[in-house]
Amino acid sequence: MPKRKEYAVTAEADMTPMIDMTFQLIAFFMVLLNFGEGEQDARIQLPSSELAKPPDAPLESPLVLQLTKKGTVLFNGDELKIAEMGPNLLTEKRMLEAKKKSVAESTVIIRADGTAKTGVVQELIKKCQDNSFEKFALRVKQEKASGP
Amino acid sequence: MKIRKSAAAGNDKVEMQMTPMIDIVFQLLTFFLMSFKIATQEGDFNIKMPIASAASSSSDVPLPPIKVRLQADDQGNLASIKLGDNPATTSFNVLHQQIMNIVGTDTGPNSLASQAEVELDCDYNLRYANAVSAITAISGYLDPATGTVVKLIEKLKFAPPKAEQ
Repeated sequence: MPKRKEYAVTAEADMTPMIDMTFQLIAFFMVLLNFGEGEQDARIQLPSSELAKPPDAPLESPLVLQLTKKGTVLFNGDELKIAEMGPNLLTEKRMLEAKKKSVAESTVIIRADGTAKTGVVQELIKKCQDNSFEKFALRVKQEKASGP
Repeated sequence: MKIRKSAAAGNDKVEMQMTPMIDIVFQLLTFFLMSFKIATQEGDFNIKMPIASAASSSSDVPLPPIKVRLQADDQGNLASIKLGDNPATTSFNVLHQQIMNIVGTDTGPNSLASQAEVELDCDYNLRYANAVSAITAISGYLDPATGTVVKLIEKLKFAPPKAEQ
């Protein structure tokens, strides 16, 4: 029997479908990547409300204060007691004034933990009021539920 | 000068190097996969509380604020809700009904709902989630038919904070 001639066979996989899919996946994750999450913090578990709707327009010069369940405030990367917030709020107020923006028109976003004491939230609001802040936004997470 | 035609001319296959591209593409994919986080939507309840709230609110709001008293037990759980002179309750649904009874179904621009103001008087220890539930019951509801938010009383303020117990 004659011996079969051996050829060097190179198997080439078709890369096109894989690359198509991979680019699709990259595009999907790129679109979903949310860079606006900077203010979210794992230490804060926001209370939920079914009426929570994302604001239609971005708030005017917002100031985000995060209140932990221990009653401390996370502000600019520091964990501070409410009593120590005075100088920081004063600095914020001065910065707004330097930018020729109204302190009364700027909004203080309060991201308080659901298990925090309401009295502490009120103390924080009072501290802001002492520094001429007037508008507050209590941030809550959206909840899907039936009517109350 | 005559250019010699190569024997293989026309059959030259330029092979693109796929390996570096696929490397980078997978790197990118891994980066986006790692940084992917399902973020829940967040919303705000707006509260306008100037420092002299009592004086200024009396000038632009002719109605006295509706007082809602939220009492807490030792653990900070909700003990009772009392709206004005209504009997105390523990259910936010009852509070919502009482608010509906006061403002009615009219939610137009000059309605009672748009002018009324609610003052929340909470115990110091009360968990903040309860205060948010009360604000939810007061400020509106989701229409089950359309799924849209129907707004009731939007003007909210807190009573002066109580002393820590």
